[in-house]
Amino acid sequence: MSRSVSVVILAAVLTIGFVGTIEGRRGFALSAQEKMSTMEVKIDNFSFGPVTLTVPVGTMVTWTNRDDIPHTVVSTDDSKTFKSKVLDTDEKFSFTFSKAGTYPYFCSIHPKMTGKVIVQ
Amino acid sequence: MSEKKKDELLNDHNHDGVDRRGFLKCMAWAGTGAFCVMKGGVLNSYSLSRLSEMNTADMMGALSFVQISDSHMGFNKPANPDVAGTLKAAVDKINGLSAAPEFMLHTGDISHLSKPEEFDTVDQILKGAAPKDVFYVPGEHDVLNDDGKQFLERYGKGSKGAGWYSFEKKGVHFIGLVNVMNLKAGGLGTLGHDQLEWLEDDVKHLKHSTPIVVFAHIPLWSVYPEWGWGTDDSAQALAYLKKFGSVTVLNGHIHQTMQKVEGNVTFHTAASTAFPQPAPGKADSPGPMKVPAEQLKSVLGITNVNYIQGKHALAVVDSSLA
Repeated sequence: MSRSVSVVILAAVLTIGFVGTIEGRRGFALSAQEKMSTMEVKIDNFSFGPVTLTVPVGTMVTWTNRDDIPHTVVSTDDSKTFKSKVLDTDEKFSFTFSKAGTYPYFCSIHPKMTGKVIVQ
Repeated sequence: MSEKKKDELLNDHNHDGVDRRGFLKCMAWAGTGAFCVMKGGVLNSYSLSRLSEMNTADMMGALSFVQISDSHMGFNKPANPDVAGTLKAAVDKINGLSAAPEFMLHTGDISHLSKPEEFDTVDQILKGAAPKDVFYVPGEHDVLNDDGKQFLERYGKGSKGAGWYSFEKKGVHFIGLVNVMNLKAGGLGTLGHDQLEWLEDDVKHLKHSTPIVVFAHIPLWSVYPEWGWGTDDSAQALAYLKKFGSVTVLNGHIHQTMQKVEGNVTFHTAASTAFPQPAPGKADSPGPMKVPAEQLKSVLGITNVNYIQGKHALAVVDSSLA
């Protein structure tokens, strides 16, 4: 009697655990897809945040300048993949990464400001 | 070895007669209304309240000119919503100087976003200044989007490369340098190989006794590299100027006055006419600093430089717009 109750409880725990895992995975997959379309880099206090951003292939990254001073976003890889125009306060620049690789970039006005996008 | 001993050795070694304590006092006053006078290699500092004690002959040089910097026309953020108004106040200040300056130097960031109308507004306001000649070097804000093409068209007639040049006034050799082009990721200001070669050649045939004034936007000394306040290859430029008895380096970019003496070289940065920036490392970033509106003019300013022929000395005087 007490043994069969334990089995039932164990089965129930396993089932809940299993369902929980499936749900968790589905949730993860959804949010990753959402991020794929709108990854953000904020420019605050003369720095890029996050400094290093890792994204899947096909992601569009948008930089927003939140400083009172203009900045640029210019890649420094050999083929100079992207280059924004000058971004004044609250202006944005977007680029879609279609190839895997590491894309270092900087602000060509304030070269101490550097960042990196890793596309996997 | 204690800090004091190091200083004593340094002074002794250079035989430059610079009194370090006087220099530090000068540094402490910079930004609050002070001026420093180089005379026979000796730097003296005075507060503005002691102006009247100065000998008039010391103030009225054989050559007098004014440096203005960082007018950032087009900037309209809370740190100064009226940069045209403060530039006009700078012009009023210049027109009120007791010894009329012969010309002006603008050490860059004329505009905020390199827009034609921003340059036009500055040109218009500066027409109201008594000195009619203005010599410019670009700041990084003046060469946005077009690698400095517009700047060269407007201000670079007769200049070399990205806008560098030299000229003579009453025996003083002036050199305008450009250190805001082709900046490298992670680096500071850059002069570049071509400009350095030109500089070496430009000063080669000058007598060692010729007073030299170098002006450029970004400081040619390491003010605060963490904020990009320095020039990567400035040491090479200064090496070419080593033989001269008197070298005065005038910069802008950091929107505050600062001075440093190294041997025969006096480095000086001018205040902005637009908005102040924080002291090195005293804020999260070098961005515009908001001060109460009634204090704004006290942290903006102009720099007046006087040269007395035969005295081997240039007097650099900062005054605020207040």
